[in-house]
Amino acid sequence: MSGTVATPVRPSLAHRLAERGIDRTLWLVVPGAVFIVAFFVYPFLYGLSLSLTPSGGDTCGAYSGVLASYHCFFADPFQDGWGTIGKTLRLALPAALFNVVASIPIAYQLRGKFRGKRFLQTMLVVPISLGTVLVAAGLLNFAGRSGWINRFLLLIHVIHKPLALVNNYWGVLFSLIITGFPFAFLLVSSYLSGIDPSLEQAAALMGAGWWQRFSRVLLPLLAPGLATTFMLTFVLAFSVFPSATLVGNPAGSTRVIALVAYQAYAEKFDYSLASAIAIVMGLVELLVVGLVAVWRSTLYRGSTGGKG
Amino acid sequence: MSVIQQQASARRAIVGTPAQWLTWGGVALFLIFLAGVVVAPLANSFGNHWFNAWWPSGFTTKWYTGAWKDFQLRQVITVTLQVAFAVIVLSVVLGVPASYVLARKKFPGKQVLFGLFLLPVLMPPVTYGIPLATALYRVHLGGTLAGVIAANLVPAVPFVVMTMTPFIEQINPSIESAARMSGAGTGSVFTRILAPLLVPGILASCVLVLVRTVGMFELTFLVSGPTSNTLVVKLFYAMTAAGIRPQQEVDAMAVMYMLSMLVILVIALRFVNPTQLVARVRDDATD
Repeated sequence: MSGTVATPVRPSLAHRLAERGIDRTLWLVVPGAVFIVAFFVYPFLYGLSLSLTPSGGDTCGAYSGVLASYHCFFADPFQDGWGTIGKTLRLALPAALFNVVASIPIAYQLRGKFRGKRFLQTMLVVPISLGTVLVAAGLLNFAGRSGWINRFLLLIHVIHKPLALVNNYWGVLFSLIITGFPFAFLLVSSYLSGIDPSLEQAAALMGAGWWQRFSRVLLPLLAPGLATTFMLTFVLAFSVFPSATLVGNPAGSTRVIALVAYQAYAEKFDYSLASAIAIVMGLVELLVVGLVAVWRSTLYRGSTGGKG
Repeated sequence: MSVIQQQASARRAIVGTPAQWLTWGGVALFLIFLAGVVVAPLANSFGNHWFNAWWPSGFTTKWYTGAWKDFQLRQVITVTLQVAFAVIVLSVVLGVPASYVLARKKFPGKQVLFGLFLLPVLMPPVTYGIPLATALYRVHLGGTLAGVIAANLVPAVPFVVMTMTPFIEQINPSIESAARMSGAGTGSVFTRILAPLLVPGILASCVLVLVRTVGMFELTFLVSGPTSNTLVVKLFYAMTAAGIRPQQEVDAMAVMYMLSMLVILVIALRFVNPTQLVARVRDDATD
């Protein structure tokens, strides 16, 4: 004897689901979602489980336990986990910081309309689309020992013997700046265009000098955008490895974490170690990005006066 | 310049005149570097012989014919085009319907789904590329054309979703309602009402996916095999195996890659503005 009485006005199940937003159109999202689950989420979990089942190969045979691959990465002198992370950060942090800081004055000067703006923007997009491999190819020629930079500096007697600009730390830093700066610049200028110029005019009318206007009006409004730009340029610089191989010193000062992960994968065939390094890499990156995000959440988040 | 004029110009610019010089100097230096990076391999690839001089002695095109033969560039370019075409078509087919739902519908779990599509864009390719490549090799897709296409789709599908969702949001939903009121079924609403309105957005995201796929190094590098290398991966291999082929041939290949990227870029900039090439930034910039 059930106590429920179906009232005749009660709407059908399909109708009730539709009121909560579930109807047949939701099927449209299924193919895309299934693809991402199959080719992103599943491999990620597979990698996680792989990293926890040590292969016991030659590279990491000395370590045991579930976390052997992680232990091996940090403790093994050939993997040198902490050193590798340090080297990666020593490249990625200065590059990202430089790109963001250098973008501010240039984006400021170039805001508003002027002749050739579109041309300049296009020129700046070129290195992004060229990519790190091609920039490395160019740098090897241009900044090499008998390249044009060294020839020019020798010609004007600034130096007396060629500078080592590639195949070391500086080569990679240059390549990160050439590909990363345009990226930062375009982002910063789009954030800058969202700040109403009349705010600055108001500050000027009240007698603020240029430094006060910059540091007290413009910078606080721009800071959240700068934080976002920093995060995105950092992610780009952090995971780079073609340039670390081609214009860096992959056995020494530019042995970045992405390269070590690749070597474990393709040269040592230790998939457990490679997955472990990839996961450590993701975690370190999320840590830095998370710290910046926390700092950004303390900043001003209100209106910036709309499109200027 | 009188004092008053100086004050006026100082008031217009937030940074004073020396800073202005510094800024333009920085831009000029950057452009010189950029020009050097582009012109040096170009000159070398046409140069007969270039050793310890400002400019190559004599010019030739023999390195191009050499590179074309030695690096099997016909096959490499065919693969690159096949991968790019397949990735564009599949990412639009998978991504656009999903972004329609995300733009129009409110349903339980929407935030989770949105996060799912956002993650592959935020993570650097190497972190998920290594497990993905391992998994693809396990199902025997590693090293094949299908594997390369699948790997490149992983960032491409979310990218289409992220570019198309705001685009669909700004199409007035009452247009669809009006069509339904006039008796159009779901199918004809999509094909006759939405599709024509979506064409500019789809074109823009196709072009952006094209730029990213042809330039995508890491994922292709991890997954591809000898018969499924794209141009950029082939270039990397040629550069790391320095000394096997003449440097001029490698530079000739670099120039060919550069030219194809520039052609794509010129096409791209007809449909999108430069900022869209790097990221999707919200217009209100308050984020």
